[in-house]
Amino acid sequence: MEPQTQPEIQFEALAEDALLLRFGERIDVDLNARVQAAATSLRSRLPELECVSAYASLLLRFDPWTWGGQDGRDPHERLQAAVSMALHENDPTTAVSRERVIPVCYGGEYGPDLADVAACCGLDADAVIARHTACEYRVAMLGFAPGFPYLLGLDPKLAVPRRTDPRQRVPAGSVAIGGSQTGIYPEVLPGGWQLIGRTPLRLFDVAAGDPSLLAAGDRVRFRALDEDAFQQLLAANPPAATPR
Amino acid sequence: MSVSVLKPGLLSSLQDAGRPGHAALGVGRAGAMDGPAWQLANALVGNQRGEAAIECTLVGPSLRFECAAVIALTGAAIAAHVGKQPIPMWTRCYLPAGSVLQLGGMASGCRTYLAVRGGFDVAPILGSRSSDLHARIGHEHGRTLRAGDILPIGGAESLPAPQAGDDVRPLHWSLDPQPWFDFDRRPLALLHGSHWSQLDEASRRYLAGGNFILSKDSNRTAARLDGHALRLQAPLELISEAALPGTLQLPPSGQPIALLAEAPVTGGYPRIGQIAAVDLPRLAQLRPGDNVCFHESTLDEALTRLATRQQRLTRLLETIAQRLEHA
Repeated sequence: MEPQTQPEIQFEALAEDALLLRFGERIDVDLNARVQAAATSLRSRLPELECVSAYASLLLRFDPWTWGGQDGRDPHERLQAAVSMALHENDPTTAVSRERVIPVCYGGEYGPDLADVAACCGLDADAVIARHTACEYRVAMLGFAPGFPYLLGLDPKLAVPRRTDPRQRVPAGSVAIGGSQTGIYPEVLPGGWQLIGRTPLRLFDVAAGDPSLLAAGDRVRFRALDEDAFQQLLAANPPAATPR
Repeated sequence: MSVSVLKPGLLSSLQDAGRPGHAALGVGRAGAMDGPAWQLANALVGNQRGEAAIECTLVGPSLRFECAAVIALTGAAIAAHVGKQPIPMWTRCYLPAGSVLQLGGMASGCRTYLAVRGGFDVAPILGSRSSDLHARIGHEHGRTLRAGDILPIGGAESLPAPQAGDDVRPLHWSLDPQPWFDFDRRPLALLHGSHWSQLDEASRRYLAGGNFILSKDSNRTAARLDGHALRLQAPLELISEAALPGTLQLPPSGQPIALLAEAPVTGGYPRIGQIAAVDLPRLAQLRPGDNVCFHESTLDEALTRLATRQQRLTRLLETIAQRLEHA
């Protein structure tokens, strides 16, 4: 069987020690899956590189002196050749991704914008929760703050604009909708997304061996939780003391 | 073995080489804004393992050394005294136990580094003792120093103990701050960014030679540049891609933003340029209100200049180590 031909990857030298691989220019689950597969492959084949995935692109940070030729020149071209070869040899089977279930207490003080979101979508609050917990999401990338996941796969019916008045302090664990994406605030942060619930899990903990609960490429599901269960789980996973 | 912070200064934080390798988790590198100055301060006190130093901004802190210590100051020219005795920069200096080092304002430049033999030995987080003020990662949740902080000094067992005595004693030699504290106002080298060609012609011309002013809203995350507003030929709808220190972004206001040591790991603004890495320490030493100018450069030229600087720095670090052996 002929391997399916993939669209060309564009390479762009961003800086002395940085090369960007651009797979496309859209926010799209399949495009992002290609990015994650390439990141997985490059991390195993060229472990000396730092790979940072975004929606449709992959940034490589490297040491220009080890990648330069004997004359120390053109490290980007040599890296590009090595990357192209590594991706060409890539086993086309999709890497197995992790699934994470995130318990969420929806509405009330934990999700102060749930009623607004429901009104905006022409649904009642329970229907918003049902749709939000029905989908499987993919972590497209982590960014904005340590451990903040941008999740793709939101039910299009739940897409709502960001708040016109962003909050100065969004509580840690807040589960939110911004446009066609959903995300989780790992700590107290300013933010303009609509808050529909909160998870008692700690998304980011520098003391943990693996500081981020989620990684790009993970599959995520939300599970609704009542307030008692939320408080019990919170007591078992106390959030790190947050200054300010 | 510790230092007490009596007065914190304007914005003082612990910095080392930063924490590379965690951008995929949303964690940036942080680290010293003027890397060579930080490295030279460490070299002067005999540190060789990338120890954390204090990065001072515009006005330095006052510190009491609870033990005898060997220190060095590099970077921006700062007023430094123990009692009435001025403390010279770009050399190392023995301070007896109980010394109060008063760092004042900077005559020129924006960032001074204070290294101590053994380094400031707070717990490393993700491999670094740098304070990421933006992401709140580092010592005390990555905040700036405060009065009352006690900073442990480490690593002394592996280094010769400071000599006993009650006198403040600088070495009899010091480094030439040039070219490390580079104050000529040559324009910063700018590589074309992904969206350079989407700027209108007047904006391209202005960017390559026009004058900007470093805004007072600048910090360790970004230098905001005020000048003629730059315009794209047509609006661009972009999705977020990885961001880097040195990236020159163009937000809708038209006033470009240069990302610095605490650059976020992703960004969605048009990327109009990339400042050559070799020139980032010079940008870090500009003060709010200073002029900022760019000239167009190429990746080849930027790499060549970076390699030359690196070789020169490596030679100097070796020379310092040799001279200290005989000091």
